[in-house]
Amino acid sequence: MESRRNPRAVVDPKVRQVGFFTSSQPDSTHQPDPIASESHPVASSISPSGNSLSPVMIPPPRHNSSDTFPLRAAAAAASAVSPSSFSYSTRRDFPDGSMTASPGRVSRASFSKPSSSLPGVGMDSMAAAKSSSVPASGLTTVSVVNMPPGLSEKESDQKKNSKPLKEKTTKAERRALQEAQRAAKAAAKAEGGKAPLVSSGSVASTNVKAAKPAKPSSQKNDVAVAAPGPSEKKGGQTEKDRKKDAPHPRMQYDDESRVVKAKRRAVVKQTEAKNRVELFRHLPQYEHGTQLPDLETKFFQLDPMHPAVYKVGLQYLSGDISGGNARCIAMLQAFQEVVKDYSTPSEKTLNRDMTAKISSYVSFLIECRPLSVSMGNAIRFVKNRIAKLPITLSESEAKAALQSDIERFINEKIIMADTVIVKHAVTKIRDGDVLLTYGSPTAVEMVLLHAHELKKKFRVLVVDSRPKLEGQLLLRRLIKRGINCTYTHINAVSYIMHEVTKVFLGASSVLSNGTVYSRVGTACVAMVASAFRVPVLVCCEAYKFHERVQLDSICSNELGDPNAISKVHGREDINYLDGLTNNANLQFLNLMYDATPSDYISMIITDYGMVPPTSVPVIVREYQKEHSLV
Amino acid sequence: MWRRSASFVLDKHHNNKPISLTPSLDSMAEVNPNPNPNPNPNPISAYYQTRAKHHGIVTSDWLEQAQAAVVRYPDKDSPVAGRRPFSVIEEFDCWRQQPDLAEAVAAVRALAAVIRASEATTMMELEIELKKASDTLKSWDTTSISLTAGCDLFMRYVTRTSALEFEDFNAAKARVLGRAEKFGEISYKARKIIAVLSQDFIFDWCTILVHGFSRVVLEILKTAAQNKKLFRVLCTEGRPDKTGVLLAKELAKLDVPVKLLIDSAVAYSMDEVDMVIFGADGVVESGGVINMMGTYQIALVAHTMNKPVYVAAESYKFARLYPLDQKDLEPALRPVDFGVPVPPKVEVERSARDYTPPQYLTMLFTDLGVLTPSVVSDELIQLYL
Repeated sequence: MESRRNPRAVVDPKVRQVGFFTSSQPDSTHQPDPIASESHPVASSISPSGNSLSPVMIPPPRHNSSDTFPLRAAAAAASAVSPSSFSYSTRRDFPDGSMTASPGRVSRASFSKPSSSLPGVGMDSMAAAKSSSVPASGLTTVSVVNMPPGLSEKESDQKKNSKPLKEKTTKAERRALQEAQRAAKAAAKAEGGKAPLVSSGSVASTNVKAAKPAKPSSQKNDVAVAAPGPSEKKGGQTEKDRKKDAPHPRMQYDDESRVVKAKRRAVVKQTEAKNRVELFRHLPQYEHGTQLPDLETKFFQLDPMHPAVYKVGLQYLSGDISGGNARCIAMLQAFQEVVKDYSTPSEKTLNRDMTAKISSYVSFLIECRPLSVSMGNAIRFVKNRIAKLPITLSESEAKAALQSDIERFINEKIIMADTVIVKHAVTKIRDGDVLLTYGSPTAVEMVLLHAHELKKKFRVLVVDSRPKLEGQLLLRRLIKRGINCTYTHINAVSYIMHEVTKVFLGASSVLSNGTVYSRVGTACVAMVASAFRVPVLVCCEAYKFHERVQLDSICSNELGDPNAISKVHGREDINYLDGLTNNANLQFLNLMYDATPSDYISMIITDYGMVPPTSVPVIVREYQKEHSLV
Repeated sequence: MWRRSASFVLDKHHNNKPISLTPSLDSMAEVNPNPNPNPNPNPISAYYQTRAKHHGIVTSDWLEQAQAAVVRYPDKDSPVAGRRPFSVIEEFDCWRQQPDLAEAVAAVRALAAVIRASEATTMMELEIELKKASDTLKSWDTTSISLTAGCDLFMRYVTRTSALEFEDFNAAKARVLGRAEKFGEISYKARKIIAVLSQDFIFDWCTILVHGFSRVVLEILKTAAQNKKLFRVLCTEGRPDKTGVLLAKELAKLDVPVKLLIDSAVAYSMDEVDMVIFGADGVVESGGVINMMGTYQIALVAHTMNKPVYVAAESYKFARLYPLDQKDLEPALRPVDFGVPVPPKVEVERSARDYTPPQYLTMLFTDLGVLTPSVVSDELIQLYL
C-alpha cells in the first residue's frame, strides 16, 4: 500500500500457512535466499544441526534442482521450509501489497531500512543493546564490519537506498523502533544466557546473532502464531543461524534489499557495477580494482579474520590463484592454519565455535570471489568433520585430528585422485594421436606430461580464448617438456577440428545430469568436437561432483571484470570502446563459466575410473555414502 | 598416406608388429598358443579357435595355420604340467571342451578348482594363488573379453567376503570356496534366467533378426518355441564363420520358420523385422557391446529404421573397458576364407569383432534383469568400489 516494492520481473505465488508448525525454526528466514538454502553445500551444513530441529519441523529439502526459479523456490520454500517463513508471508499486508519469493527478506528489509534511515534512533537502541552495526537483519553473516558501526551503514545505505527507504518509513519505522527496543532487551538477555558463540573478537557478531534470533521471535509474537517464549526460540535458532552465517553463496543479487544487507556485513568493501546486463542481474558484479588496495590497507586491522584466510582471500581477488584445485587447496591449507592457531574460548564448545569461525571465514572468501563447487564441497567436508568430532577429545587432540583430516582430504581427494586419473587417461592416448585441449586444466596437463614421459607419440592442440588467455600458460609448460604443440584461438576451433582425434577437457564441476560446468568456451569446443564425431573426454576429480542439476549457463555463473573485454593487454591502440563503459546502450558481459550438456561428452575420467556421463549420480551417491561412513 | 584417422596409423603399426601378450608371469604363461615374434604376422585369436572347433568349421586356411601353430609349439602338453601337480590351464581346457559351456564359466569352474586344490595356509597365500591362476588364464587368451571379465569379477566376488576375517583358516577357505561355487552356479544358470526374462519381449507373429551364433540367443529362442510362441527368425549368414547356417539348422530342428540372409541383405529385410537380438562377447562400461563383426552395422540400420535392438549377455561379461572407437580394442583376428585364393598384394580385414556404442541399443537382457545400457557402469562401480 504505502511502499513501493522493488521492481521484480516475476510475480510470485501467494503463500499460505499449511499444516501444523511451531515457530522455532527460522533457518530459512535467516537465509538471504530460501532458494539457496535448499541447495548449496555451504548452507547444507544444516545437516549437523539437524538434531536441533523440533520434531514437528519439516527440514528444508537438501537438494532442489529447481532452484533456478524464484517461483518454484517460493513454492518449495512454502511447502517444505519452516513455518516461520509462512509467518512472514502472512504479514504481507504490512510492508507492501504483493508477494515475494522470499517473504522474510522483504519484511526484514522494511525493518532495517527505516532503522537505518533514522540512524539516531536506531543507533541509540542498538548501541544500548551493544548490538553491532547490524540492526534487524536477515543476513546472519558473522563477518564483522570494521568501520565504526553507524558511519558505514549510514553512508552506504543513504547512498544506495535513499529512494526506496523513504516510502517505507511510516508504519515500518514505528515497528522497527519497537523491534529495536525488543531486540535490545532480548539481546541483553540472550547474551547472558547464550552458551557457545564466537570469541571476543567478534562480540559484535555475537550480539548480531543474539539480536537476530530475538528479532524473528519478536516478529513471530506479533503474528500471534503458536509461539513458545522467545528464549526457547532463540535457543533453537542460534545454532542454526551460526551454521548459516554466510550470505548464501548463491544469493540472488537482483534483490536490492538483500544486497544492501550483505554489504553491511561485508568485510570487503565492494562497489557494485553500474551498467549490468539485465539477464545476469542475479549474479554479483562489483567494480574491479577497488577492493584490493582497500583490503591491503586493512590487513593489520582485521582482528577476527585469520591472516592466512585473509591472504588467501586477497589472492583470489587479485587472480593470483585460479583454477578449482588450486583454490580449494589454498583454502584448505588456510583452514589448517586456522585450526592450528585456534583456542577454544571459555564456556564454548569447540564444535560449534569452530564451525562458526569457519563460516565467517567462508563468507569473507565469498566476498572476495564467489565459491567454486570444489571449494563448496571441501567446506562441507570440513564442517562435517568438525561436527563429528567426539566431545570427549581434548582440544589439542581435536585440533590434531582436524588437521590430519584436512591433510588427508587434500591428499586423497585431490593429489592421489589426480594420479589415478592420469593413469586411466593415459591408456586412451595412442601413438599418432592429435589431442585438443582448451584453457589450462591441471588434470589434463598432468595427463599430457605423463603420456609424454611414457614416450607416446602425439601432438597437442591448445585452444585459447580472451580475456584470460590461460592457454598460454599451459602452452609454455608443455613446450618446456618438449611436446609438439599447436596454438590457436577459439574462433578457429571448427577449422582445425577435422585433424583432431581426441579432445581432453577439464571441469570445474560435473553435475548430476552429466552436465559439465567448466570454463566458458568449453561448451563450444565440446559441441564442435561432437559434430565432427571426435570423442570428448573430461578429466575431473570425484570431489568436484555435485548433486545439483543445471540446464543452462545463466542461472548460476560468475561474472568477471567487464573492462577486461574492452581492453586488449599490450595493445593500447585498440581503444574503440573507451568511454563507452557507462553508455546505457552498451553492456559488457564477461562470463566465467558455462555448462556443457552431457550429450556432447563421451566419457568422464575420475578417480573412480572411466564412466559415462549417465553414471554421475551413482558416483555422487557412492561418494556421499563413503563420507557419511568415514 | 591415409591421413585423417589415427586408426590407420594404429593399423599400420599392428601390421608391422605381431600381437604380443601381456608380460609373461611365470612358467604357466608359456603354455599359451599365441605366437611370439615370428615371420607369421597373422596370429589367430584362440577364442575364435575354440568357437570354430565348437562349430566344426574347418577351412583350408584355418587348417594350415593350425598346423603351423602346432609345429611351433610342440611343448603344449609337456613338462609344464609336471612342474605343478595342479595346472589351472589344464583344468580350464577340459572344462572348455564342452560346447555347451561358456568360456568364462569354464574359467570360473577352473578357478574354483584352484581354491579346492590349494595348499595355502593363510588367506593371503590363497589370494595370491588365485590371482596368479587368474592372470594365467587371462593371458592364455588376451582377446577374449568374457574370459578376462569373468576372471576379474570372480576375484572381486570371492574376495569381497568378510570371510577373510575369520580366525580359522579352514572355515574361511570353506566360505570362499562356497562363494566360488555359487558364482559358478549363477554363471551357469545365467542363460536360463535370461531366457525366462526375455520371454515377455517375444510376441506372437513377430519376426526376429539374429546375427551370429550366440548360445544365449539360442536358449531364448528355444524357450520361446517351447512356450508355443509363433515367431519366425531371419538369420544372417555370418561370414566367414558361417554361423548363420548352424543357427538355422538348430532352429529348424525346433520347427521355427527360419530364413537365411546374406549379410548384405540386412537393410533390405529390415522393414519386415520387429526386433533384433544379439549375443555379446563382452559388455563394456559405456553400455556398448563387443560382438561378432557385423553387429555394429546391423544395429545402425535397425536404429535408423526404429527397430528395437536387444542384447542378451550374462552379467559376468561386464568388462571394465571403455572403447572410444572401433580400433580402441584388443585386436582379435581370425582367418577369412573367400573360397578363392586371395590375390597377392591385397590386404584382408581380419578383425573378428566390432564395437556397438550404447546409443544404438535398446535393452540388455542380463541375469540381473532387463536393463538399459547405462546400468552397466552403475553395476561396475558398485562392484569395484
